[in-house]
Amino acid sequence: MENSSNWETIIGLEVHAQIISKSKLFSGASTNFGSEPNTQVSLVDAAMPGMLPVINKDCVKQAIKTGLGLNAQINQRSVFDRKNYFYPDLPQGYQISQFTKPIVGKGSIEIDLKDGSSKKIGITRLHLEQDAGKSVHDIEPSKSYIDLNRSGVALMEIVSEPDIRSAEEAQEYVKKLRSILRYIGTCDGNMEEGSLRCDVNISIRKKGEELGTRAEIKNVNSIKSIGQAIDYEFKRQKEIINSGGKVDQETRLFDEKKVETRPMRSKEEAHDYRYFPDPDLPPLEIKNDWIEEIKKNLPELPDTKKENLINQYKISSYDASILISDKNNVEFFDKIISQNTKRNPKNVANWIIGELFALLNKNNLEIKNSPIKAEDLGELIDFIEDQTISGKIAKNVFEEMFKSKKKAKDIIDKKGLKQITNIREIESLIDKVLNNNKDKVDEYKSGKEKLFGYFVGQVMQETKGTANPGMVNEILKKKLAN
Amino acid sequence: MTDLKNINIEKSLELLKGKKISSKELVSFYLKEAESNKELNAYISLNSENAIKLSEESDKRISKNTTRPLEGVPLAIKDLFCTKDVLTTAASKMLNNFKPTYESTVTQKLWDAGAILLGKTNLDEFAMGSSNETSFFGPSINPWSKDKKKYVPGGSSGGSASAVSGNIAIAATGTDTGGSIRQPASYCGIVGLKPTYGRCSRWGIVSFASSLDQAGPMTKTVNDAAIMLDVMAGYDEKDSTSADLEKTNFYKNLKNNKKLKIGIPKQYKNDQLNKEIIKFWELGIEFFKKNNCEVVEIDLPHTEYALATYYIISSAEASSNLARYDGVRYGLRKNSNDINDLYEQTRTDGFGDEVKRRIMIGTYVLSTGYYDAYYLKAQKVRSKIIDDFKKVFEKVDVIFTPTAPSDAFEQGSKIDDPIQMYLNDVFTAPVSLAGLPAISVPIGLSSNNLPLGFQIIGKRFDEESVFSAAKIIEQNANFKKRE
Repeated sequence: MENSSNWETIIGLEVHAQIISKSKLFSGASTNFGSEPNTQVSLVDAAMPGMLPVINKDCVKQAIKTGLGLNAQINQRSVFDRKNYFYPDLPQGYQISQFTKPIVGKGSIEIDLKDGSSKKIGITRLHLEQDAGKSVHDIEPSKSYIDLNRSGVALMEIVSEPDIRSAEEAQEYVKKLRSILRYIGTCDGNMEEGSLRCDVNISIRKKGEELGTRAEIKNVNSIKSIGQAIDYEFKRQKEIINSGGKVDQETRLFDEKKVETRPMRSKEEAHDYRYFPDPDLPPLEIKNDWIEEIKKNLPELPDTKKENLINQYKISSYDASILISDKNNVEFFDKIISQNTKRNPKNVANWIIGELFALLNKNNLEIKNSPIKAEDLGELIDFIEDQTISGKIAKNVFEEMFKSKKKAKDIIDKKGLKQITNIREIESLIDKVLNNNKDKVDEYKSGKEKLFGYFVGQVMQETKGTANPGMVNEILKKKLAN
Repeated sequence: MTDLKNINIEKSLELLKGKKISSKELVSFYLKEAESNKELNAYISLNSENAIKLSEESDKRISKNTTRPLEGVPLAIKDLFCTKDVLTTAASKMLNNFKPTYESTVTQKLWDAGAILLGKTNLDEFAMGSSNETSFFGPSINPWSKDKKKYVPGGSSGGSASAVSGNIAIAATGTDTGGSIRQPASYCGIVGLKPTYGRCSRWGIVSFASSLDQAGPMTKTVNDAAIMLDVMAGYDEKDSTSADLEKTNFYKNLKNNKKLKIGIPKQYKNDQLNKEIIKFWELGIEFFKKNNCEVVEIDLPHTEYALATYYIISSAEASSNLARYDGVRYGLRKNSNDINDLYEQTRTDGFGDEVKRRIMIGTYVLSTGYYDAYYLKAQKVRSKIIDDFKKVFEKVDVIFTPTAPSDAFEQGSKIDDPIQMYLNDVFTAPVSLAGLPAISVPIGLSSNNLPLGFQIIGKRFDEESVFSAAKIIEQNANFKKRE
């Protein structure tokens, strides 16, 4: 972010995370994504007369797990409130949410930044709420359709403190949060499908001055958009202030295509949500025993895993943070190590972070869909270790594996890439090259030592690169010294 | 032939089990009576065909001696209970065409016990009103009306009260939010019980004010109320506010010789109270004393704030509960190309004046800037009222008060004066705020020859004492029902 040094950006994020659960927050209807419209709807979700909400205990458990994952206070008594407003895809005419007494209170998460530093970002609260349905406007020009499949699905709204100071921090915060949610299995973190959505609250000020007026940017739905939206807002607000204007406190919408934010609704349309405790639902009481039991069975968190990677495998902090950023990365890594404990963890990490990520990114793939499976990469690494192939050849084999999904062994066998490590064989090859280049040998001996590389190249060419480079160097040196 | 017109549930069961009459005869008789007393406007719809079919099934069970607790007994159901595939209107134009695909828990329990749906009774629109005059289907009439004067049956369960009192139903269900069972019971000279909040499931009953709504029986006798409550009550996992308690056995355990300590709240005996009512109050106290009950004066200091508190809280909840009637998914829809216009037209046309008034009051008291002064304060007062009762119930078993400040009034006399109308709830609303059980039992006739009922309030989930005290009044008052 091109943050001119005398300006400071103050950012707080509100993340809506869809809870992984079989059924909705207050009804027994299924939560399957992508089903035919209006097929995952119960009488409660459609707000039929006389229907009443009943809290889904599994969703409460997920919220508690998440709270624990965020090092946060779990409130043993929380209250559901109604947030009243009219919208066609909001059947009840109110959303059941938690306003003054959320299930989870203050917590924090730690983020790692590119410069190697890390920073703690405070969590203000996490509360449970219902999702709305979906309005569909593009089926017919003059009609809107409503799909209630999502109506009533459980969401966690996770609100950060205004501790974030840059686009990078905001992006790392969301990545880290997403990774925590995935580790503990409470949200799939899928931003494209909308199971993780983000609103950005942003204001700017000259360093040391009072806080500025903030704008709320809605529907920032990818890590990339978060960066773009913040950059755009910073510029917009800076221009307003520099030209003597005042930033409006307003809700703005991020336009992914135009890469800009624009006002969502005017002040006259501002809602008075008339929050009040939902009289259909008694306060949510959580016993301490239950919290303790959940705590005991909480899966390993990314930060713990990172510590382990650093302490047990001596992997650098930066590499470790990349590995833990996605639960699938670590699983991939763990699988390779566990299949053969002799494998060098640092090598394995380098291969994943370097070669594998490069190809995955280039092909827009996620690690869970990698054409090269963990066991195949492990095998390839073993071939380097036991000198069956050189590191350089290995990279070619790797690319071939990625393309063809073949195993390393098959590629090596078929293409004859097995490294030549037989001294006699290499000696006779070198003899052949030297015999064919007698003039160059003379030049070398008379001081043109740069030609050494030329001889190596000739040998490698003869063997299509399969000669062990170390041995070639060694023997060649000896022969030329004679 | 037995006088079917004046029988109650107890008697019906006896006749049916003794095979003196068939369920089909009983159902046919009441359908015919309902048809020929249309001027009461007690029913919004009759379940004619289906009721006959069901009575035939009941008769089969009776012949096989596999009867259930209410086998073959026809019941009238307030049209606020959702009944599967049967029109359920809440007496509103908004739900004029609404047939639920589901059955409310309470009515399902009644059908599972062998009772038969006779028809759906009239009520104030969305149960908002004390005279049944806010019904989209026109007002129901008090069967005690005479000399061309039309008296209101009370409300909101006015149709149920009118039907039972007018002998076109053996018994009925009602719902009570601030007095909607007890006040019409008092006006029509029948027994009406509002059980403890949480005793009966609210699932499938069109919501008015969720923290107050409660279903209950409206019957000719105290025994019948106990019989019905035993069937209607019970925990329902679909209602988070329903109480998980043991199965009740009020009818079997009903005693009329329980030595009770009776409380008389001094705040209810104010100067404006009708002398006639005070006279009956003293009479009731005599009945208790005669039956070895001790009567003491009690203090409910926050009584004067109860009515305002009730109207703030119930309207706040109603404004939110009724937001779902937006014309999008079911019920009335006024089409428009603009969604806000669709809402506006649908709700303008679909709701009557009283419902709109409550929605406006409720919206107002929840609005930013007014929430603290109204809604929040009302919640605080509610806690104080609950505490008042709690303290009193450390000393007494039940509380004895008038049900309403007057006998039935003439149709049209209060409908344009909401405050006068709301004052009807002055003795019933505090009880609702505290979630306590209370019954209205007829005690006698006013100088106007209209029935008067008195209220007995009990501790939470102590309907047993309420029934016992009610029995004492019932037996001593020897109130003559309408023939």
